[in-house]
Amino acid sequence: MDDLFAARSQMALSLGFHIIYACIGMVMPFFMAVSHYRYLTTHQDVYKRLTKAWSKGVAIFFATGAVSGTMLSFELGLLWPRFMEHAGPIFGMPFSLEGTAFFIEAIALGFFLYGWGRFNPWFHWFTGVVVGVSGLASGILVVAANAWMNSPAGFDYVNGQYLNIDPIKAMFNDAWFSQALHMTLAAFTATGFAVAGLHALMILKKHNVVFHAKAFKIAAIFGAVAAILQPISGDISAKDVAQRQPAKLAAMEAHFHTEKSAALVLGGLPDEDARQVNYAIKIPGMLSFLAHGNFEQEVIGLDKFPKEDQPPVLVTHIAFQIMVGLGSFLMLVSLLYLLALWKKKKWLYSTWLLRLFVLAIPLGFIAIEAGWTVTEVGRQPWILYGIMRTADAVTPMPGIAYSFYLFTGIYLSLTLVVAYLLYRQIKSVPTLYDITPEPAHATH
Amino acid sequence: MLYVVIAFLFLGILLYFLLGGADFGAGIIELFTHRRNIRKTRTTMYHAIGPIWEANHMWLIIAIVILFVGFPKIYATMSVYLHIPLVLLLIGIIARGTAFVFRHYDAVVDEMQVVYNNIFVYSSFLTPLFLGIIAGSAVSGHIDVQADNFLDAYVFSWLHWFSVAVGFFTVALCGFLAAIYLIGEAEEQDRRRFVEKALILNIVAVVCGALVFVAAQVEGVPLLEWLFGNAVSFTAIVLATLSLALLWFLLGRGQGKVLRVLAGFQVTMILLAIGWAHFPDFILLRGGDHLSLLETQAPAATITALGWALVLGSVFILPALFYLFYSFQTKPIHDYEV
Repeated sequence: MDDLFAARSQMALSLGFHIIYACIGMVMPFFMAVSHYRYLTTHQDVYKRLTKAWSKGVAIFFATGAVSGTMLSFELGLLWPRFMEHAGPIFGMPFSLEGTAFFIEAIALGFFLYGWGRFNPWFHWFTGVVVGVSGLASGILVVAANAWMNSPAGFDYVNGQYLNIDPIKAMFNDAWFSQALHMTLAAFTATGFAVAGLHALMILKKHNVVFHAKAFKIAAIFGAVAAILQPISGDISAKDVAQRQPAKLAAMEAHFHTEKSAALVLGGLPDEDARQVNYAIKIPGMLSFLAHGNFEQEVIGLDKFPKEDQPPVLVTHIAFQIMVGLGSFLMLVSLLYLLALWKKKKWLYSTWLLRLFVLAIPLGFIAIEAGWTVTEVGRQPWILYGIMRTADAVTPMPGIAYSFYLFTGIYLSLTLVVAYLLYRQIKSVPTLYDITPEPAHATH
Repeated sequence: MLYVVIAFLFLGILLYFLLGGADFGAGIIELFTHRRNIRKTRTTMYHAIGPIWEANHMWLIIAIVILFVGFPKIYATMSVYLHIPLVLLLIGIIARGTAFVFRHYDAVVDEMQVVYNNIFVYSSFLTPLFLGIIAGSAVSGHIDVQADNFLDAYVFSWLHWFSVAVGFFTVALCGFLAAIYLIGEAEEQDRRRFVEKALILNIVAVVCGALVFVAAQVEGVPLLEWLFGNAVSFTAIVLATLSLALLWFLLGRGQGKVLRVLAGFQVTMILLAIGWAHFPDFILLRGGDHLSLLETQAPAATITALGWALVLGSVFILPALFYLFYSFQTKPIHDYEV
């Protein structure tokens, strides 16, 4: 394994791990806040139990997200020192604000987790909301920093020098809004479906149905609303990428040849040597429409870029198909669920709908990982789009492969432990949180 | 604005050392606590640091973000030449942080606790050790940017007597800080144990401190000149020594709050003495070159933005943090709900 590949793998692994914890850590507090609010207004004990049960999950995920985030702030330098030496002063603004937001989140979490019965109940509730809001702000700021790598702004690049640096302009680069919106909705979708799915599983097993039904409803509504909004944000992102990073769009769509009224390629297996896609469904003109808003317009293909500037097509295309496919599936489940809430009450808690949610437990997170693969692999060979190549940014230290193996071991064991802890949390619901076992139909 | 940023950098390092250091120290004390008392120590420790431990470790993030935004050359140089101890530090941080939370939030209390406890105490020891090694390496002049082989560039940059001695000195100081902190938190009947621990760890710290001087002589690090060659460092060292005498006198006389202030004061003075001797240099390289905070800073626009972000951030953070400490100091956590 050469050093560049090892460094990229380690970065991908670290980000891929951190994203899951960060998403859960920033979304769960909102579920908690709703449940806590219901408790404060209705005084139903089950909501208090639910809030506490969830807050333990949040504590576990926040701690894991915090340490893996700390690692990333070091890994940026450990793996990409040449990039950070130049980029740090330009895209550091969101990171310094993120530091503040993260700090506030940690303080608020201290109040929230240890504040039961110590403070005015509404102050205590408010600290929980602060955890969520500052977590969300952290996420948006970090994504703004990543957006800058896709859409460099706030400096002039003259003869290898980075001049006239404007950190504010760099933060509000062209890509920040579309990426932050897409990521935020994705976090709500993935977490909402994962949490709802776990509770659906418990309802199906007829374990503590009252408790799990309340939990399911809160998580499912959050997830469903986000999943239905996500395609709109996806469309904004696609048009934006078509403008700014035509090579990335071409790789996502496996669009090898520049052409007018370009076809949308669904599925298929890109053959990068033959410059064609096999076994795909093609919808004529659709790519032109999605990228530029009319069926005729020319869409730039990979042939417009020199070979050394083209991103890998196979990985980018397949990851993109996975993301869109899973996103569409989650949107359909969401529509069914909202329809059930609104018109078809008898569908609620029918076995098939709950089973769909159980099936969806991992899907949102797989879609997130696939989406990040599209963003990151699709930007290659650049670390800073059009300006610095990833190969030029990597650390001069040899033997990064060993570091990669080490980190793989750590992340793998952490994942196993967290899964184990979660399993034990859920198993202990009957003894810790539920007091009134009732039949399933009495829940609404 | 540059001086505001530098002030926050040193404040971040100092507070991480004091607050994060006391957290590490709590784990170190647990490592050296007899099995008979360990459960009590654990409970006292959890009550003392539970609500604030996440916040205590944020100071490291603040310091590292200031370095990579404001002083990218320093951050990049450390990242390249101190790669190995930084990775080991990170492993310590991740292992410790997760084990601390896992052992508390595991819904079932069984033999997994032994695993969490072991990970927690050993990483509490190793993390400050490598933190000290990194700090020692930064000023030891062993980082060689001209090195042409792996060992000289990436191993001997940090693996030498001086940095190792600083590492153990850091561990001892963390343990000492924690013992002093826990004296004020413990219940009456346990207080004696922490007084004893504080005394022992203080002696260990003094011995390790002496070893740092010996190692400095062996490695040719002009430590004596740094500490006694200028009035501020010299005064700081004298004050630290005098306050140590006072601390010994007060130890065991039930002055929890005064002891904390004294212990914090000593560590602050040690950092001030060494920081002042080098300022504005942050990293000393082999061959006499150095990376200065006043020469390697980011362009003015970045420093201004960073300075404002830090000032505005602290308007939110400091009152909230103060209230967090205050709340859990005045309302004992012993009767909290789970």
